[in-house]
Amino acid sequence: MSLMPDPTFYPSPGMAMQAAPERIAYVALLNVGKSGKRDAMGVINVDPRSSAYGQFVGQVDFPNDDNELHHFGWNACSACLCPQNPHPHMERRYLVVPGIGSSRIHILDTKADPNHPKIVKVIEPDEFIKKTGYTSPHTIHCGPDGIYGSALGSASGDGPGGIFLMDANTFELKGPWEKDHGPQSLAYDFWWHLGLDTMITSEWGTPNMVKSGIIPELLLGGKYGHKLHIWDLDKRRHLQEIDLGAEQQMVLELRPSHDPKKAYGFVGVVISLKDLSSSIWMWYREDGGQGGGKNGKWAARKVIEIPAEPADPESLPPLLKGFKAVPPLVTDINLSLDDRFLYVSCWGTGEFIQYDVSDPGNPKKTGSIHLGGIVRRAAHPKKPAQPLNGGPQMVEISRDGKRVYFTNSLYSPWDEQFYPDGVKSWMVKIDASPKGGMKLDEKFFVEFDGLRAHQLRLEGGDASSDSYCFSDTK
Amino acid sequence: MTHAGLTSTAFWLMLLLGAYHGLNPGMGWLFAVALGMQEQKGSAVARALVPIALGHALAIGSVVLAAAFLGMTVPLGAIRYSVAAILVGLGIFCLVRHHHPRWVRMQVGFRDLTAWSFLMASAHGAGLMVVPVLLGSSTVEAQGGMAGHNHISATTSPLAGMFATGVHTFAYLAVTGLVAWMVYRKLGLALLRKTWFNFDLLWAAALVATGLVTLLI
Repeated sequence: MSLMPDPTFYPSPGMAMQAAPERIAYVALLNVGKSGKRDAMGVINVDPRSSAYGQFVGQVDFPNDDNELHHFGWNACSACLCPQNPHPHMERRYLVVPGIGSSRIHILDTKADPNHPKIVKVIEPDEFIKKTGYTSPHTIHCGPDGIYGSALGSASGDGPGGIFLMDANTFELKGPWEKDHGPQSLAYDFWWHLGLDTMITSEWGTPNMVKSGIIPELLLGGKYGHKLHIWDLDKRRHLQEIDLGAEQQMVLELRPSHDPKKAYGFVGVVISLKDLSSSIWMWYREDGGQGGGKNGKWAARKVIEIPAEPADPESLPPLLKGFKAVPPLVTDINLSLDDRFLYVSCWGTGEFIQYDVSDPGNPKKTGSIHLGGIVRRAAHPKKPAQPLNGGPQMVEISRDGKRVYFTNSLYSPWDEQFYPDGVKSWMVKIDASPKGGMKLDEKFFVEFDGLRAHQLRLEGGDASSDSYCFSDTK
Repeated sequence: MTHAGLTSTAFWLMLLLGAYHGLNPGMGWLFAVALGMQEQKGSAVARALVPIALGHALAIGSVVLAAAFLGMTVPLGAIRYSVAAILVGLGIFCLVRHHHPRWVRMQVGFRDLTAWSFLMASAHGAGLMVVPVLLGSSTVEAQGGMAGHNHISATTSPLAGMFATGVHTFAYLAVTGLVAWMVYRKLGLALLRKTWFNFDLLWAAALVATGLVTLLI
């Protein structure tokens, strides 16, 4: 509890874009097989003026392995300035790190030495299951009234998955969030439009559907997630489901507009059963959010389609040989704080794409970079002779929108199905032009020996860590 | 000199407390500004101020009236000691554990906003803070021999209580309205980052201090 607001809290996304550049990044690292390495949180120097630029400056090993660390978040963020429930004197200090493999949650304190966070609390799986009724905690977001998390499944590992709440001061689990699930069963990501009292959730699969690898029969049967769910954020009730069609398999990362008065967002779909393409959909409220009513209906439509690329079966893993094509596999997307640029990771083809989404219904492709890829194996300019595997995956954008980082591992049980030679992990950085266009930073290429890098968070906040309750005035 | 049963000191203290509540971003003007931004209309800011002031008045008034009616049946000393104990207890609780009423909804109508304002003011002990001022006021009156009959007016009359609430709310509305308008039209929200002093901490300390002073008056 401080006397003045945490300097990393900003009322609006436009103000957050004026923040000083980040100097370090936190990267979730997964142990792989029997490499002897531990699950860890890595700290990477991202300050170009530092002699340690692009290098490890710290690492905290976790007490247990096989947590399958996924989308961690901060205990507090700009949502603490929200007018209906302000607590601006909290500190952005703790990282809340969930493991979908173990159902364990680690709390890391970054205050004393940001380069060497300390594990201050571990919520064991038994406690997580007992208090929330869920398993496989996946995404963490700080909200106006505490910490929210999504979880993939129920205690048995089947549905329904859902949302749980955690106290932002004590890190006590407060239980499941929903008062009424409605027809929702599958879960994955969640986020919200705070100005519209609306939560959005997406669908992947239950823990039993994903933990031992992608199950071809379920996929071909259209059994993985293909819907969006709309909720009343305040009343905690399911309001509406939006079915993208059973052929749209795995509806993952949700990126609502950062401006709280806008009523749209983007979600990525991993694969279409029709033609192996990936797609980005825009969800929007049919009245534009200005109806002021609580019953505004939401809809979604496809705004980007990325086709599969034909490929020689010889260069494809067994799962894909029969298709003679490599699917793009859009597994993560991210939206800059000015709601202008959408970045899309194609983990299969190894392409990283930038779209101008100023007009959200008509995205324009403004940049493309290749790295890794199932067939292409594109190299990084720093090591041009070294073919890379894995592909662009977890992506994070700096608050000012000028730097974009990504790592290349997806999910251990699935990595091997697409990259049977074993994903060798790396992290890269891209310089983005404010007018559109991007290029790889040739000096920044981090390799993780024996560990797989997943989600990353930037010092002070980034484009997917904070929510805002105030719009920018022009 | 009195204003409808309030001493002049109490009158000014009421105004001052109202202004102080009005200044606190967590108790009104910030929500009004947010609603203006959400609707992109200055009139939305003004519209929000009415239920916000009403909710605040209800929070203050209900505590003041309760104290006034209690004053008709309970001796002044007992009221004073219990108010002091509650204030000190609440202050310490606020210092140790930062508790906020849970409120997520941002799309609010007149009734929601009134309820929100009532809740925020009550949770901060705003009404309780006002009671000692009235206690002080009636003590002075009693000593001046102007209220020379048993303990019916040992604290303050319901009428004086309502007047005090009105004075307080007037000052509150004036300040919260002015700040909302200035921030929405002129200053912008960036000032929050530099000026949002920890009112809650100050408030908790003030609760404890007021509790102790209540014992002395």
